Amino acid sequence: MRGLLAGEPLAAIIASGFFSSEPVQVALAVGAAVAIVSGAVGVFTVMRGQSFAGEALADIGATGGSGAFLLGVGPLWGFVVMGIAAAAVMELIGIQRPRGRDLATGIVLGAGLGLAALFLYLDATHHDTTGATVTILFGSVFAISSSTIPLVVALGTLALGIVVALYRPLMLSTVNAEMAAARGVPVRVVGAGYLLALAISVALAAVTIGAILSTALLVGPAAAALRLTKRPGRAMLAAGVIGMAATWLGVLLAYDSYYWPPKEHGWPVSFFVVTLIFIFYLVSGLPARWRGRSRCSRDS
Amino acid sequence: MFSGFMIDAWTVASIVAVIAGLVGFFVVLRGSAFVAHAIPNGSFAGAAGASLLGISTIVGLGVFSLVGALGIGWLGRRGRHDVVTALALVMMLGLGALFLSLSMAYAPQVYSLLFGEVLGISPNELAPTAALAVVCVLAIALLYRPLMLSSVLGEVGEAQGISRWRMEMCFLAVVALASTMTVPVVGTLLIFSLMVGAPAAARSFTANPTRAMALSVAIALVTVWTAIAASYTTNYPVGFFVGSVSAAWYALGRLWMAWRGGTGART
Repeated sequence: MRGLLAGEPLAAIIASGFFSSEPVQVALAVGAAVAIVSGAVGVFTVMRGQSFAGEALADIGATGGSGAFLLGVGPLWGFVVMGIAAAAVMELIGIQRPRGRDLATGIVLGAGLGLAALFLYLDATHHDTTGATVTILFGSVFAISSSTIPLVVALGTLALGIVVALYRPLMLSTVNAEMAAARGVPVRVVGAGYLLALAISVALAAVTIGAILSTALLVGPAAAALRLTKRPGRAMLAAGVIGMAATWLGVLLAYDSYYWPPKEHGWPVSFFVVTLIFIFYLVSGLPARWRGRSRCSRDS
Repeated sequence: MFSGFMIDAWTVASIVAVIAGLVGFFVVLRGSAFVAHAIPNGSFAGAAGASLLGISTIVGLGVFSLVGALGIGWLGRRGRHDVVTALALVMMLGLGALFLSLSMAYAPQVYSLLFGEVLGISPNELAPTAALAVVCVLAIALLYRPLMLSSVLGEVGEAQGISRWRMEMCFLAVVALASTMTVPVVGTLLIFSLMVGAPAAARSFTANPTRAMALSVAIALVTVWTAIAASYTTNYPVGFFVGSVSAAWYALGRLWMAWRGGTGART
């Protein structure tokens, strides 16, 4: 509902100082970058039925984040290194059938979360920073420092680059793995390359906007886009636009929420963005439904 | 290690392991690892909401896991199953983040909800856990045959009048029930490794479903007992041991299968 309201006269909605606040500017920029990368990678994630891998990599990134905290290095490296390592293990267990693949993902996720429990425990006892748990797991768009933007852009470009470079063989092996193999596409290598892109993009998203939003932006906009158009290229564009719209509206609403009850205490951005994406997804199913219904009535 | 409050911990953890082994068997059989991750993890929001409203945690967990599970089943009819699961999960977690920020719960509470607190179980948690466990076991006993048939041979089940969708909903409700009772004990994140690791390992040791189920319960029990003992002696979080021991079991199962040339049930 609130997402719809924001379409009305903007001046009344945008609280004063929105565009001049630096955390907001950084949040908008990073949010847009992450939304575009996630949208492009996400279309393949949805088509390949690998949402669970995306979600697992985001959670496992938190293990890396807490480990990095323990070692005193930047969390981004923890997220990226751990994400790539986890993706490699998933690939090594390498069960190609979907059911087994989810199982392998689950085992890696379980072990990763166990490690996260240990790291967070050690973080808390050694550094007396109990807040680390919440920060690492839930993240906050407003807490990104503007100095990370170049790194975010570089890693995002890398993930996008892998997807673009692999586009044709990846599409072929996604749609029909057997036919791709018959045409000489190294299906397994292409899949591994794609998993690498997924790991980088998810780590990037998880460290900047939190694990929840990372999964939401990866899966939601892409799924909505694929319900609107069957063409993958167009779906990637649409997913990027939907993701960006949801992120920006979410940031705006979170900024406004400082004036909502309880006073002087904003609502979390992740809540708004996730709700908006969920609404987008539900709405995106309507056109197909109407079409289906009219076709049914014509048939009968 | 076996005195006073620790007795409660051993009892409750054993009940949890039995349920995780039983429910997990079907999770692995149906390849529903994602759902088994999403429902307990998302029900975390219910706990946060309960603390905001000042009601019992278990009520919050129950409501959220059941609504989440049925929501996944209902939306899953029209969309891709994994997409719907992911979206339901993030929606619940988003609500959880909102509840947390509104109630301003402090971090250690969040940590224990996510990763569990077996050693801090209070005696009055014993009764509700045991009661829910009995309900869970009854539900599985009642659903055993149709659920097994529908999971392994969906079409044959349909031909015998067992609706796959209805079975899916029943299965999701059982997972929700199991989450509600296990989450306060082992946490939202680690019930999952118990529900997947033990049964997956069991299924690589034997292809016979009944034997695999029994073995799955046994492995889950051993995992939990090892984890508690290790956590008690080293003071490290129990979740770490549950996660790594489960993964080790799975690795062992895979090795066994490779050595035997893959006679176990392929998963």
